[in-house]
Amino acid sequence: MNHYETVFILNPVLSETQIEEAVQKFIDFIKTNQGSMTIQENWGLKKLAYPIENKKSGFYHLFEFAAPSEAVAALEVEFRRDERIMRYLTVKLDKHSLAWAEKRRKKNKAKA
Amino acid sequence: MSKIEEQNSGKKEGEIRYLTPLNIDTSTQKKYCRFKRTGIKYVDYKDPDFLLKFVNEQGKILPRRLTGTSLKYQRKVSVAVKRARHLALMPYVADMLK
Repeated sequence: MNHYETVFILNPVLSETQIEEAVQKFIDFIKTNQGSMTIQENWGLKKLAYPIENKKSGFYHLFEFAAPSEAVAALEVEFRRDERIMRYLTVKLDKHSLAWAEKRRKKNKAKA
Repeated sequence: MSKIEEQNSGKKEGEIRYLTPLNIDTSTQKKYCRFKRTGIKYVDYKDPDFLLKFVNEQGKILPRRLTGTSLKYQRKVSVAVKRARHLALMPYVADMLK
């Protein structure tokens, strides 16, 4: 089991329920592949630095999870197949980035 | 005759010599690696405001000789900037970024 972090951008034309449905789909997907979610973060609608698929904004979501490596490959295939996903990036977390992620989580909690 | 003398003393023709050493202003402040100094071990690609310090106005990654970052962290900075670009957190090409 390794720790991973995924950021993905959802299409801005989706309604709120559609977004929730899409996010829930990927959470379920990770769980069915023997993974466990650490946190799920919603950054909301953000302006893109450059247009993607002729769209200037998108819904950003961040997942932090632990999963076997085969699950990540399967997740990325799922991202590619889903038309609602405009961009995604999965990064493996090493010990320094794990510490950083934890610090970030605490900071966010203190803010909220 | 004078040429032979110059060759013997190891000086080339046309070499400019000054009676007093030139006074060139150089900054005495030494550059430092901000990651080493502050003890940051991981460069986060999710923070574009911080990464903005390592790119120029066009969004290009600045060289180490200008920012003073150590090689170890320069590699991490460059990876982080490229990841941020992929996620449209930072532009690939820009103008008047700062």
